[in-house]
Amino acid sequence: MIDALSISHLSHSYGQRKALDDVSFAVAPGSFTVLLGLNGAGKSTLFSLVTRLYAARNGEIDIFGANVMREPGAALRRLGVVFQARTLDLELSLMQNLVYHAALHGIGPLEARRRGMEALKRAGLAERANDKTRTLSGGQMRRVEIARALLHEPKLLLLDEPTVGLDIRARADLLSHVRGLVRDEALGVLWTTHLIDEIENDDQVVILHHGKVLATGRAADIVAENNAENIGAAFAQITGADSLSPQAGRGLW
Amino acid sequence: MTMSRTSGPAPHPDPLPASGERGFTPRQYLICLWGVVWREGLRFLHQRERFVSALVRPLVWLFIFAAGFRQVLGVSIIPPYETYVLYEVYIAPGLMAMIQLFNGMQSSLSMVYDRETGNMRTLLVSPFPRWFLLGAKLLAGVAVSILQVYAFLLIAYFWEIEPPTKWGYLTVLPALALGGLMLGALGMLLSSLIKQLENFAGVMNFVIFPMFFASSALYPLWRVKESSPLLYYVCSINPFTHAVELIRFAFYQQVDWVSLPVALGYTSVFLVAAIIAYDPARGMLMRKGG
Repeated sequence: MIDALSISHLSHSYGQRKALDDVSFAVAPGSFTVLLGLNGAGKSTLFSLVTRLYAARNGEIDIFGANVMREPGAALRRLGVVFQARTLDLELSLMQNLVYHAALHGIGPLEARRRGMEALKRAGLAERANDKTRTLSGGQMRRVEIARALLHEPKLLLLDEPTVGLDIRARADLLSHVRGLVRDEALGVLWTTHLIDEIENDDQVVILHHGKVLATGRAADIVAENNAENIGAAFAQITGADSLSPQAGRGLW
Repeated sequence: MTMSRTSGPAPHPDPLPASGERGFTPRQYLICLWGVVWREGLRFLHQRERFVSALVRPLVWLFIFAAGFRQVLGVSIIPPYETYVLYEVYIAPGLMAMIQLFNGMQSSLSMVYDRETGNMRTLLVSPFPRWFLLGAKLLAGVAVSILQVYAFLLIAYFWEIEPPTKWGYLTVLPALALGGLMLGALGMLLSSLIKQLENFAGVMNFVIFPMFFASSALYPLWRVKESSPLLYYVCSINPFTHAVELIRFAFYQQVDWVSLPVALGYTSVFLVAAIIAYDPARGMLMRKGG
């Protein structure tokens, strides 16, 4: 079975600074994979490479077998992305944002509106379709971004720290919404985070630290292999307890 | 390190289409282009101040500057005019081109801003080819600038600025399209070279005003030549001069056969350079860890 996302020996530098160093891992179709790392680990750089915002000059990135550099069209049409920064146009309505995104994937306005209404219904925001986006709460905007990212029916969804800035309730809702999509629609998901409590035992976890992959596997297996109490402790052990920054401590515990 | 697979939902069929379906149809390309232009139009409509200032600027030049200088600057009969014309008539094409120059620079300013805040990502993760996406964005900017010019012409009509026949309003359209494309591509190229938003405004001062003043927008080039051959040379190689002359002649239902190939040449160079130079990595995420 072909991987939803396959990253192989990927490296990237900003001038002298190596942001990613020989990174390799895969996301299986219909799985929830967590890319776990502190701020500065290289998660957003990885994102930018997978989405072809940056050119990947060292290493290979394949989305359902299509190489991002050699066949970007085929690769990107299989991919939905939710960036950490808000990318919805606040001056447009929800539906206008969705129609714009659909057009960028070659989907005409009539079909876009039909899909958009369905997506908004799933996100519980159908009645707000014509409201300006800036009137939504943070959690609602995130749900719209996910709805938008799925409009062109990709089978792989990338989310870069999607719960940042949301309150506890909104975070839990968002996570459960996305896990529901994995379960019900066989969506492959790569969820990047530095928040340990978003990880469940059966999730695939990729630990990224200072640009290197230090561990991959099922969360429960990683915990067992490191004789740790939980994934947070395992992370600390794997990355080296003295490398934890105070900022990370708040995120991890 | 081995990946252990969980028991998840049953594997689904390979979602990749057959290789014959991997491209987009022409209709889909058109849909994408329409989407980009439509969104640019919506954004412009929502930014009323931008629309108003885009109009007020040339109108101030027309109503105040031109009226004031009418007596000072006499304009002898030069093509495409067949009689003496008022100074307001002479500078009208320059003002139309000024609208496009500002619009081109403002579009690129918003591209730099979008690049820094992340909005460009929505465009750039589209599976269409990057050159097509940037070209579509450029065309969208040109479409908006053309609307602004026609709004200006509507008001200017009441100031006796009009073509010799109503067809002039139509014949000026291709000149506006080419001029807008050239200036928009120049703006896009500049936005590729600027690292940060803060630097961009400064660059504008070094671009917009020199381009405008060292051109035939305010005075015929033969007059400039009389006073300074060097300045005349600068004006004649200035791409903005050729945009102005193209518009001037087209508004009078003629073609300027010198400016047309020059403008086409400049447009091609700027376009290719802008697309090659466009680097979404510049300015974006560079300051942020990830």
